[in-house]
Order: sequence, then C-alpha cells, then structure tokens
Amino acid sequence: MTLLYLDGVSVSFDGFRALNALSLVLEPGEMRAVIGPNGAGKTTMMDVITGKTRPDTGRVVFGEDTDLTHLDEPAIAALGIGRKFQKPTVFESHSVADNLLLALAGDRRARRTLRARETADENARIEAILATVRLAPERNRMAAALSHGQKQWLEIGMLLAQDPRLLLVDEPVAGMTDAETEQTAVLLRDINRTRSVVVVEHDMAFVRALGVKVTVLHEGAVLSEGSIDHVSEDPRVVEVYLGR
Amino acid sequence: MLEVADITLHYGAAIALRGVSLEARPGAVTCLLGRNGVGKTSLLRAIMGAHPISGGAIRWDGADISRLPTHERARRGIAWVPQGRDIFPLLTVRENLETGFAVLPRGQRRVSDEVFELFPVLRSMLGRRGGDLSGGQQQQLAIARALVTRPRLLLLDEPTEGIQPSIIKDIGRVIELLGARGDMAILLVEQYLDFAQALAQTIAVMDRGSIVLAGRREEVEAADVRRLVAV
Amino acid sequence: MRRSLLTPALVLGVAIVLAGLNLATPAAGALHVSSYVVSLAGKYLCFAILALALDLVWGYVGILSLGHAAFFALGGYAMGMYLMREIGARGVYANARLPDFMVFLGWHDLPWYWLGFDHFAVAAVMAVLVPAALAFAFGWFAFRARVGGVYLAIITQALTYALMLAFFRNDMGFGGNNGMTDFKDVLGLPLHADATRAALLVITALVLGAAYLAARALVGSRFGKVLVAVRDAEARTRFLGYRPEAYKLVVWVISAAIAGVGGALYVMQVGIINPSEFAPANSIEAVIWVAVGGRGTLWGAVLGAVLVNFAKTWFTAALPEYWLFGLGALFIGVTLLLPKGLAGLFARGPVRRTAPRGAIAEEGAR
Repeated sequence: MTLLYLDGVSVSFDGFRALNALSLVLEPGEMRAVIGPNGAGKTTMMDVITGKTRPDTGRVVFGEDTDLTHLDEPAIAALGIGRKFQKPTVFESHSVADNLLLALAGDRRARRTLRARETADENARIEAILATVRLAPERNRMAAALSHGQKQWLEIGMLLAQDPRLLLVDEPVAGMTDAETEQTAVLLRDINRTRSVVVVEHDMAFVRALGVKVTVLHEGAVLSEGSIDHVSEDPRVVEVYLGR
Repeated sequence: MLEVADITLHYGAAIALRGVSLEARPGAVTCLLGRNGVGKTSLLRAIMGAHPISGGAIRWDGADISRLPTHERARRGIAWVPQGRDIFPLLTVRENLETGFAVLPRGQRRVSDEVFELFPVLRSMLGRRGGDLSGGQQQQLAIARALVTRPRLLLLDEPTEGIQPSIIKDIGRVIELLGARGDMAILLVEQYLDFAQALAQTIAVMDRGSIVLAGRREEVEAADVRRLVAV
Repeated sequence: MRRSLLTPALVLGVAIVLAGLNLATPAAGALHVSSYVVSLAGKYLCFAILALALDLVWGYVGILSLGHAAFFALGGYAMGMYLMREIGARGVYANARLPDFMVFLGWHDLPWYWLGFDHFAVAAVMAVLVPAALAFAFGWFAFRARVGGVYLAIITQALTYALMLAFFRNDMGFGGNNGMTDFKDVLGLPLHADATRAALLVITALVLGAAYLAARALVGSRFGKVLVAVRDAEARTRFLGYRPEAYKLVVWVISAAIAGVGGALYVMQVGIINPSEFAPANSIEAVIWVAVGGRGTLWGAVLGAVLVNFAKTWFTAALPEYWLFGLGALFIGVTLLLPKGLAGLFARGPVRRTAPRGAIAEEGAR
C-alpha cells in the first residue's frame, strides 16, 4: 500500500497547463524532496493534494483507497495531511504555546471549544512538540516576536500537533540563516522517523543535506526521479535548469 | 557606474540578500545567474529602490542612492524591465512608450528613431493595445519603453522567460548592440545559461542570497557555473 | 477574572449613584440629577450594549458589520410592540385591542404577528429571538459563501437599509414612518415616572455588566482563541481543520442577540421607536464608537459608546450649528492619532495580546 498516489493529475488555469498528467508515488515513512524550475507545478501539486485546487482529471489516493479529489481542505486536514507554507503563517497575536494548543488534534467543532479546558494530556503533548522543534524556552513568547527561523519551526510544530501522517513542507529554509538551515535539516530527519514528509525546495545544499529521494518536476509533470546525484547528472534536468 | 556594496535585504524577518557586492560598468553586460529563490530579483529590486536594504550601500555614478525613492533613481538614469514584462495592457503601444517620458525634461519628450530601429515591429503596431500583443512583442515593448527613458543603467529581469526562440535572438542582438554603444551599463538576470554566456562580459552566480562565483566570462569555468545553476 | 469585574462594577456603580441622586435628593438641590440625565445615561448604556455586541464580531473575529444597528432596532421594535399593546384603551382612538396607527389605517383586527405581544415575556423573548434568527439566516449564507471584508460590510449596509425601507411602509403593520410612540407603562409601571426611569437605568447597567462578563468568558475560552486565530489568519485555521464559518456564525448570532436586548431596553427609556433606527448611519456610528474606544478590548467599546454619545450631546448643545463638524473632527483626530482607539493609550497586556493592529486602518486591507 502506498501512502500517497497521484494518478495522471491535470490542472489548467485559463488555458495554462499547471499540471500535466502528473503521476507520483510516495511510500509510507518516506521523505521526498521535490524540486523544479519556476512554474514547474510544485505549488499547484501541493494545492491539489490538500484540497485547495480541484484537478481537472486524475485521482489523488491517500492510504488504502481514499480519493482526496472529492474532499475539501478541512476534511483532508482531518485525514492526517498537514501543510506548511513558505511564508510562516503562525498566529502572531498568540503565544507559542497557544499556537500549538490551537493546532492540537482534537474536536474542532465550535461547541466543543466553548467548554474546553486545557488538560494535562494536552500540556504534555505541547511540551513534547516544543522540545522537538527546539522552542521550549520560547513557550510563552508572542509568536510575533520570534525570529524568522523560529517562526518556521513553530509552524512545523503546529503541523506536528495535528499528528499528521504526511507533512507537506514548502520551501522551509527560504530566508533562514545557515545555522537555522542546518538545524532544519536535522529537524525534518527527526520528524521523518515517525511520519512521511514531502519537501519542496530550491536550496540544493539543503536538499543534499536531507539525503533523500528527489523528484524533479517540469511543466507540470515528473521529469526525473532518484537520488540527488542521479537527477543532477540527468541531462534532461540539466537542460531544464539551464533554461534550454 | 553601479556599485553595490555588501548589501543585505530582509523580507520581514527572512533574510534574502546576505552581503552582496557587485559592479556594473557602462559598455559592459553583467550577467547574474542562479536558480529560483536565490535572490536575483531581490537584488534588482534593491537596486531599483522597490525594496529597502537593511545594510550596505548602493552607489550610482559615485553618489549613494541607497535611500532614494524609485522615481528618483529612474530620473538618474536607471531603467528596469521587470520579470513578466509589466506593460500596461489597456494602453496602446504608443502610450506605453510615452509613459517613459515621465523622467525626461519637457524638451526631450520624443521616442527616438533608434528605439524603432531596434524594434521595427513596434512601429507597425503603435495603435494596438498592449494586452493584445504576443508575449515576445510585449517583451520588446517593455525593453523599448525602458529605452525611451534614455537610461544609463538597464536592469533586465529574465527577458527570455516564456518567449519564442526567434524573438529571443532579436532581444539578444539588441542587448549586444546596446552594450557595444559604450554608454550604458547593462545588468542582465537570466536562467537561460547559453543566452547569458553569449552576451556577458562579466558573470556572477548567486546562491542562497550571496554571490558565490564571479568574474569575467573568459576567466569563469563553465563547468563551475553549470554546477551552481543546475541541481 | 477579577480585572474583568472592574468595568461592570464601575458602570453599575455610576448608575446606582445617578439613580440615587435623582430619587433621593430634593429637586432643587445641588446634587440632584434630573430624570432627563437618568434617561440619557440609560440611553448611553444601551448604546454601550450595542457597541459591546459589535466589538465581539469586529474586534475578535474581524467581521466589520455596518448594519449592526438593525439587530438593535429589531429588539427595540419587539419591545415596542408590547409597549403599544400596553397602551390599551388609553390611546387616541380608545381602542383596547388595536394601536392607534392601525385604527387610523382602517384595520379591524391585529395581524397574526402581533399576537402574544400583550405579554412582556413574549416581547422579551422576541427581542432576542428575532435578531438572532435574522443573524443566523444571514450569517449562514454569508459565511458559508466566504463573503468577507469590504463585501460583507456592504451587504450588512444593504440589509439594514432594506429593513429601514420595509419598516417605513405603513402596511407592514409596525407603525410605518411614524413608528410607535406614546407609550404609557411597562409591567404596570408608568414609563414617565422617575422611579421607573431610575430602575431602568440600573437594570440596563446590570444587563450591560452581564453581557460584558459573558463576552469576556467567551473570548477568554479556547473558543475565543480560535476566534482570534480566525481573525488573524483565517486560511491557516482552515488548514488546521477548523471551520471558521461555524465559529463566525456562533459569535454573530450571540452578538445579534445582545444587540437586540440593548434595543429592547433602549425603547423603554427613549419612549419611541421608528424606522430611522434602521438607518445605515446608525450602524456606522456604532462602528465609530468601537473604533474610538478601541476594538478588541470590550471595555473600549463601552467607553467609546459612552464618550462619543456624550460628546454628541455636548456638541449639539454647545455648537448647535456645527456639532456635526465637532463630531467629525473627533473621529478624524482619533483615527489619525490613536489608531488603536483610546484603549491603545493604556496598551498593556490584554490590548497587545488580543487586539488587532491598527484598529481602523486595517479594515480596507481585508
């Protein structure tokens, strides 16, 4: 059983083909890096998986047999697919701990939260996540006051709080310092021990540091797949990156 | 001459340029290469004043322009052809060209014949609305519009993106001609490596917000460039 | 919790003092507070209830409603219907069953929707239920369709305007352009008596206090944290699995209900209700009260409502020709100098933690 299976997914916007019969397979427990030049369809692919965009054709199968193309964003999130955007969108007016609290898996319905009180169990989970993303000392700090890298980690933490089976991470190290970039690679490898991850990135040094299978997208379809060395030597990939 | 001295640039808390230094001399084409997201466009935006720098300085003709607003920099002879052309779709070709008059003193507000010599196709479409032109024609219009301002520094952001090969050739010829004139500095940002290498006198490759390789075209190892630009 | 008792306690305290000085001191005494002032204070507090309701949806969820006075007015009309029935045979036409305006129109019997309004309890329930039901219907469609920002604001203006036009019509059965007035008593107590007015003032203060505490509890809960998250990054909450529409709807309906209660208390103290209460300008004024006071703080809304209306009263007396300019200058001054409203002057903990940046100016960006 595969974890995620994109089968011939096509999406067009106003005549522009963003995804062109894209097919991709992800095994459970895998971490995959997705790269590709501008306009390759990386963001559109993530939009389709998370339910933000409905494909014109094709299926997206999660787990055994769940077709994601019929579900909307909250439903797909509830299935265990979490997405992290390139620009950190944490809740700036809330503390780090509150951000995690809101993200914790649990009943999201309005009537539940009216009566909810923070349980010891929730507290323990928040502590665990704070430790994983190395933000324990910033627990009560306003999210707005964090550095860029820290906001990214907080957002990853919020993703973890939803206890996802699959994390979709979009350009996590853009704008980070070198030190933060290194720590992020360690963080993602850590997370990959218990969950599957798909990382979209431009930073090749970071992709190398992850040391995982790479999928190269171009014009909405898979151009090449394999280790980073394999794809970097693939003449088709070189052509595309050199703009030919 | 353009001098970019050790500039840093942030988008909010995220760092996009880390200590970038660069020179662009009149009569020379300087090519800036690099993958997506390395900071090429951010550098152009910093030079043009479209985004403030958080450190370092930008000097043009010896004067520090780091804090000058964009329109002031345009008045001093810096012209920008942005990625994606950005021509005015509802204005005609003539009107698009005439928007370049804004920086010219009243007596000099004419579209010089040279512009039409470089881009003859525009002369036949003066009455056509910008949005009705093909991508390649729009790119030519965008460059022509920049030339109307009589710039001494021309910033070109990926002029070949999404353009058909024949027009790419035309644009390449225009850039070469403008460089050869000797009075204009040209900073060309590109991902199309062959195009860039054929035109450049100086090459600079960026990665993660810094320039990681720079030098005259003859001195820079082609293999090194390819390694940095490809995967 | 102790801090949140401050505002209700203060309001109640002032109300009791005013009521006491009205009833217990001789009419010519220096400390005497006239019944006019008592009613005026009561009116201010009713507006404060409306402002509180508006701050709930605007300050904490980011929904700019430019039609909230409609819920207020509906509550007022519901209570007004009871007060009309209470006039009984003491009206001009001396008809025990039909209000004067119906007799004037030549009607022979009460329309079905007036039945039951001879009971105070029915009016009280309707004052809450009708605005809540309208809010539910409106919110259901609007939030589900993800209408927001400026577009929602415009639709709320349209809503209140439509209601105004409807209630202006004589054949609607709500008094038409004259509205309803000449009320005599409530629950047997004469409305014009000093004791009744004073009692109404204190009751309004109590209701405001209760609404305030309820709102505080709401925004302080986990639910409230979700609200703030929805206000600041709605798409993010959706990706977290929340359904912002449900949260918005709950707060929207509660807010409308609170506004309705305010309207019901208002009509008893002002003695008249007419369709101009639905005027779009009224809703915009309510927004200004909250903005001046400082949105997203609750107590700012109360402060803003009292202060601006006091200023309005003062300006109309001091500058009868130019009071509108005086008010306008106040609004402009606050917008330019105090983007967080007056509450921004006391910017500490609660304001920075929950209040959105740039209270007034940011709305356009949404």
